[in-house]
Amino acid sequence: MNVLTNFPFIVVALLLAIGFYTIGFKKNLIKIVIGIEIIEGAVNLFLVALGYVKGAYVPIYTLAPKEAAEVNKMVLPTPQALTLTSIVIGVAVTALMLAFAVNIYRHYGTLDVRNIRRLRG
Amino acid sequence: MTTTIIKTTTRLLAPLILVFGLYIILHGHLTPGGGFQGGAVVASGLALLIVAHEHKKVKELFERAPLSQLESIGALGFLGTGLLGLAGYTFFKNVIANSGFLFGGKTPIGINPGYLNTGGTLAYMNIFVGMKVLAGLTSIILIFFLILKEGEK
Amino acid sequence: MIEHLPALVIAIPLFGAFITPLFRKRYNLAALWAILISGLTLVLVLLLEYQVLTKGMMIYVFGADKPTLVLPSGYRVPIRIMFQVDGIGAFMAISAGLMSFVGAVYSYSHLQKETGLEKYYTLLLLLTAGILGMVLTGDLFNLFVFLEIASIAGSALVGFRNYRGEASEAGIKYLIVSSVASLMVLFAVGILYGQYGHLNLAYLSKQITFNPLDMIALGLLFTSFAMKCGSVPMHYWVPDAYTEVPSGINPPLLVSTYASLYALFRVSFTLFGKITIDMATVGWIMSILGVLTMFIGVTMALVQKDVKRLMSYHAISQTGYMLLGVGVGLTVFHDKQALIEFGRTAMAGGVFHIINHIIYKSLLLLTAGALFYVTGTRNLNEMGGLARKMPITTISFMVGAAAISGIPPFNGFASKFLIYEAVYKLNPLLAIFAMVTSILTLASFVKVFASAFLGPPLEKYEKVREVPKPMIVAMVILAALCVLFGLFPDFVLDKIVYPAVDALINFIQYQSWGGLA
Repeated sequence: MNVLTNFPFIVVALLLAIGFYTIGFKKNLIKIVIGIEIIEGAVNLFLVALGYVKGAYVPIYTLAPKEAAEVNKMVLPTPQALTLTSIVIGVAVTALMLAFAVNIYRHYGTLDVRNIRRLRG
Repeated sequence: MTTTIIKTTTRLLAPLILVFGLYIILHGHLTPGGGFQGGAVVASGLALLIVAHEHKKVKELFERAPLSQLESIGALGFLGTGLLGLAGYTFFKNVIANSGFLFGGKTPIGINPGYLNTGGTLAYMNIFVGMKVLAGLTSIILIFFLILKEGEK
Repeated sequence: MIEHLPALVIAIPLFGAFITPLFRKRYNLAALWAILISGLTLVLVLLLEYQVLTKGMMIYVFGADKPTLVLPSGYRVPIRIMFQVDGIGAFMAISAGLMSFVGAVYSYSHLQKETGLEKYYTLLLLLTAGILGMVLTGDLFNLFVFLEIASIAGSALVGFRNYRGEASEAGIKYLIVSSVASLMVLFAVGILYGQYGHLNLAYLSKQITFNPLDMIALGLLFTSFAMKCGSVPMHYWVPDAYTEVPSGINPPLLVSTYASLYALFRVSFTLFGKITIDMATVGWIMSILGVLTMFIGVTMALVQKDVKRLMSYHAISQTGYMLLGVGVGLTVFHDKQALIEFGRTAMAGGVFHIINHIIYKSLLLLTAGALFYVTGTRNLNEMGGLARKMPITTISFMVGAAAISGIPPFNGFASKFLIYEAVYKLNPLLAIFAMVTSILTLASFVKVFASAFLGPPLEKYEKVREVPKPMIVAMVILAALCVLFGLFPDFVLDKIVYPAVDALINFIQYQSWGGLA
């Protein structure tokens, strides 16, 4: 339990904090989108870090050395698969959010969230 | 943005990027990568081409390009390969593996250099997903590019 | 073919969704196609419910040799993605199938003047597939994926009228809330995966020990799903999204909100069902959240001028009833005596209220859409005297308003009565709040009725006629269901609601994959 093994998780916490700060306190819509992207990066990093096993081999059969199959020491590829899926979804979400931002800028002439308030009450 | 530097770089790099993307798609069942990653690489190559050319030319070309249809066909193909498994097994069952069909070669057990003609439905799914992703991402990039150019005018 | 039903229920809407763009500009064909596919989905979902009721829980393992092969020989843990359909999953699936069908029928004529409709129907079917996936899946990560599919499709539909800036504003609000919520869900899934090394819901619920990390995971899941089902204090996206979305999408969007509520129940009852100590606290939190939600929702609704916005605030308020009913059940979940005495009834009230609310709120929002269709405004002050011009819309509205206010013999009364009765036994104060909310709801709908339908006929609506047939068909289906569910509540309760409640209570059954392992 030294700092080095926990380093990825410290980074995750840091990134989460930065992301939530950006969503909560920044006024520009594009910056809020960036904040969500940072949170997504943090979650993805978290998943990848979970999948790391010290001294184990990459789960690619054709590239693994002989002893990998013998000692049964291959990493489970599930976290990587989860991360990839989440990245794919993230692309769609980002594209949609940016499209909304473009449309909002066209109609409101601003990206400042303090002025984007026609829906209220 | 269409400076000589970008144009020359694109001329050199774009074919390489496209070929590399196709390689990732086709090799998805053997090496890291697959449909989405390969499709994203191809789309980035196409993005380079979009950026390097005249706005009008791009618009003309891509209005005729069947991106939306390609996307639909990719998704339908993916679902279709999944539905193949309903014949006797379950949804998404790999029925083509070891059947001798294209990509249905026998997978040798043990560590080997990797044979392209294996993988069964996985290889097909990679191709279809690659198709969908390259069409989808290219149309996203294209739409944002056209909006950007409209804004400049 | 019957054993493949859970997969087909997802595959058919997806298949339909990806065919739709190929129709290009032939919008009428695309609309008919969407109606056909959603109708087919509805039939499949009803078959699924019938199977679940007669044969018990259905398991579908993707990519296996046999649909029920959870543990291939030599494995002690399930390794594949699976669907696990029990009473409550099938119950939610019925609502989703029904509402997407009604939405597709309604949209046929409601959106005649819009463009880009082939994308609209693609998104509608994708939304349906997302909701169905969410409620049928037995895998935590899969739940996240379908949650995201539903929220992306839903928010794209909220912003569908891209010539209105307000629509984009509502869309981005909804998307930000739902993407933050789903990322936190993914984070919680990561925490659970890191500890137990599995994603299968049933297997995880067997392993869970409730250490501090699990508590964090529970907190994250609870908050994010509560956020997505529009409970106070994260309710502010609901009125915006429901107001700006085209009326035909309101029914499926409502169901997608309640699919998150389903996920909340699933997490608290099944995933953490084993934990005996702290679930009562979670139950109290859920009940109090419910009371707050219903009260704040209704008070906000009283002051609204925009008819759809008013109804959306009522949607928030009604979500409170469900949280209250099921929360009371969760409070006494591990107290066998109290559970039999009133806990089960309270949960039945909460679960019954989900489908009732989906039906009557969809009906009300569809009538609001009809008002918008003929008058071009949503402002109550500019309407008036429409009762004589639009008799069927008026009657549908009256049925919906009576149902939401809990007037017998409509369906709202049946479920609300169960909730009052059972909640009173836990704490009378909670029941009193629920009743006061109901009275305020009635007051608010009397106001809408008076200002939109009664009064002297206005000159500018001289040429107004009844809305086109498909819209009428959609409204009449829902109104008929309101009356039927109200007249025969026992039938509905016995057939679909109590099986759903028992599926939530009997988590041991879920953990063993319906007895397969």
